[in-house]
Order: sequence, then structure tokens, then C-alpha cells
Amino acid sequence: MLGPYEYVIWLLCTILEAAVLVCAFKKNALRRYLFLNVYMAASVVVSIARFDILSHYGFTSNEYLYFYYYSDSLLTIALYFALASLYSHIFSELKAERVIRFGTLFLLCATSLFSYAVVQQSTSRLVTHFVLELSQNLYFVGLVLTYVLWAAILKMRETRTRLIQLVLSMGVYFSLFAANFAVQNLYHSTGSFFAMLTPLFGCFLPLSWCYAFMKLPEEARITPSRLAVVPR
Amino acid sequence: MMAAFILVCSVVLLLQFFVSYCRSLIAASAKQMLSPEVQDVTGISRAASGEDFARVIQLLRLCPDSPADRNSIQAIGAYFRLLNFLRSTLARMVPSMHAWTESERGHCAYFAAVALERRIAFSRGMLAQQMES
Repeated sequence: MLGPYEYVIWLLCTILEAAVLVCAFKKNALRRYLFLNVYMAASVVVSIARFDILSHYGFTSNEYLYFYYYSDSLLTIALYFALASLYSHIFSELKAERVIRFGTLFLLCATSLFSYAVVQQSTSRLVTHFVLELSQNLYFVGLVLTYVLWAAILKMRETRTRLIQLVLSMGVYFSLFAANFAVQNLYHSTGSFFAMLTPLFGCFLPLSWCYAFMKLPEEARITPSRLAVVPR
Repeated sequence: MMAAFILVCSVVLLLQFFVSYCRSLIAASAKQMLSPEVQDVTGISRAASGEDFARVIQLLRLCPDSPADRNSIQAIGAYFRLLNFLRSTLARMVPSMHAWTESERGHCAYFAAVALERRIAFSRGMLAQQMES
């Protein structure tokens, strides 16, 4: 069952996700970062739908369980496309849109095939296992892709502060969830410490994007080499 | 085995991204000059040292809370604690890391001083609004 802590974090997270859309709208960044905002809008809609199903059928119902995992998988795919849109921003001058689109779809198919190969032994609820596996694998693929994008930012000396912060916050978010899934797979019964922390991870991305849209003007510039852990 | 590999990769990349993200937050404030008033209060004239951080945070807590910078201050607070941890462990064995953590801690303190300046301005703005109404 969900306790008051989980409900408060859930509400806070939904408010923050809506705040990202408001901030992006106020700062005229809604269309510029369309996929990021689509992801946030989808998160808000899914949150509301989840609450509706939870209040109708209960936390332990199959309806809530299925909706939770299926919607989570769709949200992960949306976030994956949001990351691909950041690639388009970084490589916009190279006119590499088609390559990025092809690469994104290819990697998504490859991850789906890998996830299917992992779960095909399951005799019952194959699709549900597949959806769960795909979500977990996409977080790790997303993490690797964000790292590659960060390396490209450093190499190409990208200076747009807002874009850099969006990429870095996505990196933190992907690595938090990838680590969390890995811990869950390693120790099947996660302790209360992790159970308490997990809902908080979800707040990080909307919080950092709110900051990036609200506080950083599109014209703000930064020297990326100064941000690297190993100075270049 | 696979999960352990993913866990190690994720934690290493998490640290990389977190450090870079915090540095990007700090970088914006590094260009900002402190007013003579804040320089007097904090004792920071040009470069700040890590030892100033705790004092500046205490001063920040005396000011009315501003929702705009609360989260970034918390993130930098977490970064400062991470740097303290590195300083007391790894940096003892690697001298170049000791110098790096010291410089980063100074940047954190400077960031907090800039946040203090913003909070003072925010409080003054609120007071002026109340006086008008």
C-alpha cells in the first residue's frame, strides 16, 4: 500500500512536471524543446490516469499493476525520443537529422529484440515481462547514449548553457534509475532505504528542467571543458 | 554478473554527470561580482575557500527562504558533502585531487555567497512591496 510519503512525493512530482510545461511556455521554449515537453505532458497525463485507476481498483489490483508497468514502458520510450531530440539539437549544424532518426529507431529495435531474447523463456505473462525488461534496458541504453552525447558536447565545444544542463540532468536521471534497477536485480528484496529514495529520483528531472527553462536564458553560454570531471 | 556491471557503470556515470551538473550550476555564479556589503558580511573578497561554506550557509538560513534558489543550494550542498568525502579519503593519497577538491569547495562557497546576495535582494524587494501596500 502507498503511505502518505509516497502520495506527497507523487503529487510533488506531478506538480513539478506541470511546472516544466508552464516554465517552457513562459520562456518560449515549448516548441524548441518539443519532445522534452511532450514527455513531461505525457508524464502528467499518466500520473492522473494512474491515480484514477488506483482510486477505482486499488493498489493490489491487476488493472493498476498492468497500467503502471505498461505506461512506464511507454514513458521510457518517450524519454528515449526526448534524448534523441537533444542529439538533433547538438548536431543541428551537421544536418544529421536523418542519421539520428535512423540510429534512434535502430537502437530501439535492437533493445526490444534483446529484451525479448531475455524474457522468451517465461511461459506466463510474456508481454508483461517483456515490457518490464524493455523499460529497464532502455534506461541503461539511455544512460550510455547520454554519456556519448556529453562526450560530443565536450568534443564539439557546445556552449549553450540550457542545452548542456538539460543533457546533464538527463544523465543524472538515467544513471539514478539504471543503478536503482541494477540494485533491485542484485538484491531482490530492496531495503526500506532504497524504497524511500526511489520516488524521490522521479522528482529530479522535472526539478532540473524547471530550473533550466526558468533561470537560464536561451542565449546563456558556458565553456563546457570547465565542467568535465577531468579538466581538458 | 550483468546487473553488477550495470550497477558499477551507472554509479561511475552518475558521479560524472552529478559533478558536471553541479559545476554548470556554479559556473553561472562564478562570473558574478559580490557587492561590498556581502563581501563584508561573508569575509569573501575575491576567491572563496571551502572553509567559508558553512558560515555562508548559516547566513543564508538567516534570510527569508527564496523558492527560486532553494533546490540549487541543496544540490550544491550535496556536491560540497561529496567533495568533503573525497577530500578525507581519496585526496589524502592523490595530491592533485586534494588541490582540485579545495578549489571546488571554494567555488561552492562562492556560489553560496552569490545566493546570499540574491536572497538579500529578494528580502529587500519583499520589504519594499510591503511598505508600498
